[in-house]
Amino acid sequence: MLRVIAPGALCTVQDLGRAGYQRFGVPLGGAMDRVACAIANRLVGNPPTSACVEITAGGAVFEVVEPCVVAVAGADLVATLNGEPLPMWMSVYLATGRRIAFERRRSGARAYLALAGGVDAPVVLGSRSTYLPGSFGGLDGRALQMDDLIRPVPGRSQRDLVRLAGCAWPAAVDYTPLIRILSCQHARDLLPSADVASLTAHPWRVGAASNRIGVRLEGPPIRASQSRDVASFGVFPGVIQLPPDGLPILLMADAQPTGGYPVVAVVIQADLHRAAQALPGDELRLVWTTIGEATQAWRELQRLLALPVEEDDGTALAAASRG
Amino acid sequence: MTDWRILPMGEAAVLAECVLDDAAAANAQALALAGALQPDFEALPAIRSVLVRFDPLRWMADEVAANIRRRVDELAPAAQADGQTLIVPVRYGGVHGPDLCEAAQALGLSVEALVAQHTAQPWRVLMIGFAPGFPYIGPLPASLALPRRATPRPAVPAGSVAIAAGFTGIYPARLPGGWHLIGQTDLKLFDPMREPPTLLQAGDCVQFVAL
Repeated sequence: MLRVIAPGALCTVQDLGRAGYQRFGVPLGGAMDRVACAIANRLVGNPPTSACVEITAGGAVFEVVEPCVVAVAGADLVATLNGEPLPMWMSVYLATGRRIAFERRRSGARAYLALAGGVDAPVVLGSRSTYLPGSFGGLDGRALQMDDLIRPVPGRSQRDLVRLAGCAWPAAVDYTPLIRILSCQHARDLLPSADVASLTAHPWRVGAASNRIGVRLEGPPIRASQSRDVASFGVFPGVIQLPPDGLPILLMADAQPTGGYPVVAVVIQADLHRAAQALPGDELRLVWTTIGEATQAWRELQRLLALPVEEDDGTALAAASRG
Repeated sequence: MTDWRILPMGEAAVLAECVLDDAAAANAQALALAGALQPDFEALPAIRSVLVRFDPLRWMADEVAANIRRRVDELAPAAQADGQTLIVPVRYGGVHGPDLCEAAQALGLSVEALVAQHTAQPWRVLMIGFAPGFPYIGPLPASLALPRRATPRPAVPAGSVAIAAGFTGIYPARLPGGWHLIGQTDLKLFDPMREPPTLLQAGDCVQFVAL
């Protein structure tokens, strides 16, 4: 069990979200970087549906109040254990009194802290994910605050715990800020004058209003002469909408399940975790791809997520005792 | 089948859009299609379309499209969901509906006539979207069709009953909004601790009653 000493920019409880509730207007939600969340859970022996703490941009500090096994994956936020580097992509045993800190952004935006047993929180609409705009899920529907306790779901014995430590992830996750997209007939029909090809002509800056709902892409606007009113239709994370101001919005985890703006392109599902690691001010490049390549990339990602974890080589325990 | 257009949306989704002119019929078809696709596919009905998401390692978009076409052909021509009818008591105007007078004026109606039309018949819930539990209700006749307000409000109170873009809706929570607020109800439309979480589902009917 951990206690929040400082929540930093933003920490929330997230799992894989609320599939099946979109017809009630409920966003899918869940971890922005589902790949890192899944790997962190695998490393501590959790099922993939377990909740993690999503740590955004650094500044977060936690204190261990009961021994536990954790794993950190995703962004490199300079994670430390009592001031020493905390190995990422590896499960680590933490004794009471230790402090782990996520000091600052070195690369990426969101790190995932998995806790053996899974982070406990009430299941709301099939998920423990925090949905901030709706104030439900996670811990009372809000971001983590100082003195919050991060408890594991009850059921694991201490002896189990020690055995879980020291597992390492055997492969690297590719976080190149290059996002592959597929073209969409939707905008070609609705906005024939829009220069959709220019999506890939230059890098896009991630706008200040970007958040878990969407990444706002800033650059030369894609002007379109006319746009007829469209009846709202189902959308999902990865859809790139073009509002009338011509600045594309990439929908992310907390996006509303329906939208009415023309869809200019769709990010391939295998690259969404890359977009999840961008913060305002960062640059993202888009590049066209094919359905065949998108499917192959998804197959490779599923293979990566199914890799067996590497058992203890002593590093993690050594790191833990050093701290 | 010519009434449908099927568009791939990336490698793992297609959007099936009903292009019938009759908005009510198009919505009924979309709801029926979504029902027919479940549980084989994750199907999300909206106003006149169904978003179908699938695992690209199991299905190709062409196969999903063929599957949709087959089910469309099997839909009853007059398919209409048998939803329940919910009575929604509304306090119209005043502090409860600050835009009522302005909306009536814009429509060329008296306030009484607007309320009379709004409560004249049950309307269909076409979709839940925009925010958790927000129902798009209608389609409203041309006599009640108004564009959205020029400037959206940063916060609309929960329970606000509103009209815009040929629909009427009810804000389930305090939300930003650009619709014209004509009244307010005490009904709690969305509760995440309830299963299902919404009072209304697509296909249900709503009868507004003036308090």
